[in-house]
Amino acid sequence: MIAPTDIPSRTNPQETFVLNLGPQHPAAHGVLRIKMTMDGEYVTRAEPIPGYIHRMHEKMGENRTWTQFLPNTGRIDYLSALHYNHAFVGAVERAARIEVPPRAEYIRVITSELNRISSHLVWWSAYLLDLGGFTPLLYAFADREKILDLLEAITGSRLTYCYFRFGGLCNDIDDAFIQGTRAFVAQMRPRLKMYRDLVTDNIILRKRLEGIGPISAELCRKYGATGPVLRGAGIAYDVRKVEPYSVYSQLDFHIPVFPEGDSMARYRVRMAEMEQSLRIIEQALDKLPAGPVMGKVPRVLRLPAGDYCYAVEAARGRHMVRVVSDNKDIPYRVKLRTPSFSNLSLYEEASKGMMLPDALALLGSLDLVIPDIDR
Amino acid sequence: MSFLTAEPVRLLLALVCIMAFVGLNAAYLVLAERKGAGRFQRRPGPNEAGYGGWLQPVADVAKLLSKQLIVPPGTDTILFRLAPLMVISPAMMCLAVIPFSQTLVARNINVGLLMVFSFGSINVMAIMLSGWASRNKYAIISAARVVSQNVAYEIPMLLVVITLLMVTGTMDLNEIVRQQAGWFWHWNLFKVWVNPLMPVTFVIFFICMLAETNRAPFDMAEAESELVAGVFTEYAGMGFGVFFMAEYANIVLGCSLGTVLFLGGWQSPFGLWPGVVWFLLKLYALIFTVIWVRWTFPRTQFYNLLNLSWKILIPISLFTLLLSSAMIKLF
Repeated sequence: MIAPTDIPSRTNPQETFVLNLGPQHPAAHGVLRIKMTMDGEYVTRAEPIPGYIHRMHEKMGENRTWTQFLPNTGRIDYLSALHYNHAFVGAVERAARIEVPPRAEYIRVITSELNRISSHLVWWSAYLLDLGGFTPLLYAFADREKILDLLEAITGSRLTYCYFRFGGLCNDIDDAFIQGTRAFVAQMRPRLKMYRDLVTDNIILRKRLEGIGPISAELCRKYGATGPVLRGAGIAYDVRKVEPYSVYSQLDFHIPVFPEGDSMARYRVRMAEMEQSLRIIEQALDKLPAGPVMGKVPRVLRLPAGDYCYAVEAARGRHMVRVVSDNKDIPYRVKLRTPSFSNLSLYEEASKGMMLPDALALLGSLDLVIPDIDR
Repeated sequence: MSFLTAEPVRLLLALVCIMAFVGLNAAYLVLAERKGAGRFQRRPGPNEAGYGGWLQPVADVAKLLSKQLIVPPGTDTILFRLAPLMVISPAMMCLAVIPFSQTLVARNINVGLLMVFSFGSINVMAIMLSGWASRNKYAIISAARVVSQNVAYEIPMLLVVITLLMVTGTMDLNEIVRQQAGWFWHWNLFKVWVNPLMPVTFVIFFICMLAETNRAPFDMAEAESELVAGVFTEYAGMGFGVFFMAEYANIVLGCSLGTVLFLGGWQSPFGLWPGVVWFLLKLYALIFTVIWVRWTFPRTQFYNLLNLSWKILIPISLFTLLLSSAMIKLF
């Protein structure tokens, strides 16, 4: 129904209308609602309205023990659950000064990078679906299936992992996992080349993405956007390099950076990151030391009073957990700094004056996971 | 049985046959499309209903028929109900002049080509009406897109067809096919001695046909990841079903026109098998290409779509028009 608009607009208000994109819209990939003030097909203002899937994860952190909050972390950004595991576990380990055995750290890196590839594959397929290309979805999901099978065998779940523990891992990896991962790395490389030849170099796709939705480094800084959005704007900011955690400092990989700042740059960053993740996995498998996967952890975990942070590079950008302890067995405060929220917040400014399909191409290129925004 | 030979009765029977042809084609092309998409995407496609999924169209139609026809409040009720009919009937009318074989043609009129294009243009208006009558924002955006898209692509298509008309000198579709008798290099597609750009004109025709039928990569009308379902957003049950049928009817029409104009229609390349077999072979080869394109390419951007028409296709087709008129004058 066409209702008269009550949103003040810079142009003649009688010529604009409000388009409620979502909370149930195919391009929103979840329950994101964007209130778009449209002038014909041009977006004059796009106001994101999150909150439809808010589950109070931060508040839940305040009324359960440190250990009990761990499964929650896998449900914030369900596509890169292991990174979120890692950030919370890392914060607690930093606070309680728990030593993590090196084998566990290597396995954390391997599984995290597998998780990053699977997350990027989901983004890639869903993004092409946004752009009207149906077929890549099935190919990407066939690849992702292999990752899920590998991770299922060792973590016990396929999506919302809760694999890391304070001081290590709940389960060691076996030879089947190592061989399966090596086989996956070997077959993923030609697949990535095929995706580049068939999809990335397609003229229709290039025309749809090149120069569309420019996001400058300044804009990223203003809204705190991180991850591929920032690296697509030409800034080589990656938590794995800037403040190395786990064993990333011992591994050789580089951070793909594309200075153009358009949707294609963000696209290329993610495609290149998958290749880098494969490199990391290979090296980590080669270097994998023997030993236990669980360190010494007190039976009842009481963190010394204080304020602790731990940041990881999740698939969508910098994810930071800040925990405040008052020396009880439940946290005083759990603050989650999630990348999707910051990445979404620049959308209103970045999408101004774009045409609707371009605005949606920009939205997709931010790689939003809605529960990560609302958490 | 003398009444069967009476012209009105014959025409009526022919039209009933065309309706059955369109209906069956729509039903089974949906299945072919889904099966084809399955093959492209390394999955089996629908395979539960009947042997290998052959009864899937029956199930689809039963589902659509059993759904409530919702006319949302605030819509223009008459136009809303009328639009699906206005989309499908012109496509059926056009098929009346398509020669499936030398004799298998409902009504052989000597301005068949003109009739196809005049009826074919109603499609745009009907889609626009459905978008307008829905009083839905997505539908109206989509309707506006469809109008500019179809107007933009009608021009190069007509220019290409005019080029062809200068070569053939007739609008009688059966006559056009008859002129292409002989081997495959007698087909208009390969008549490079008449106009060296003949294959290019066919490519332009095919692209325009994709755009006119609102097929991917030019599916601006539906654009489900942007406009939910475009003009069809408010249609439920068989209202949507008729739009869907019309899409396939238009594909069949466009591809049969391509077959008749460029691929020699019912002419056999080497004198084997009756003409209707060859016509259908060529027709379904073209339809397969349409399906293939849809599952291979992403959607174009709307202004790129218009740029393609106004900046590339129209100049090229104008050039071919001038070229063939010059060559006809010279040789």
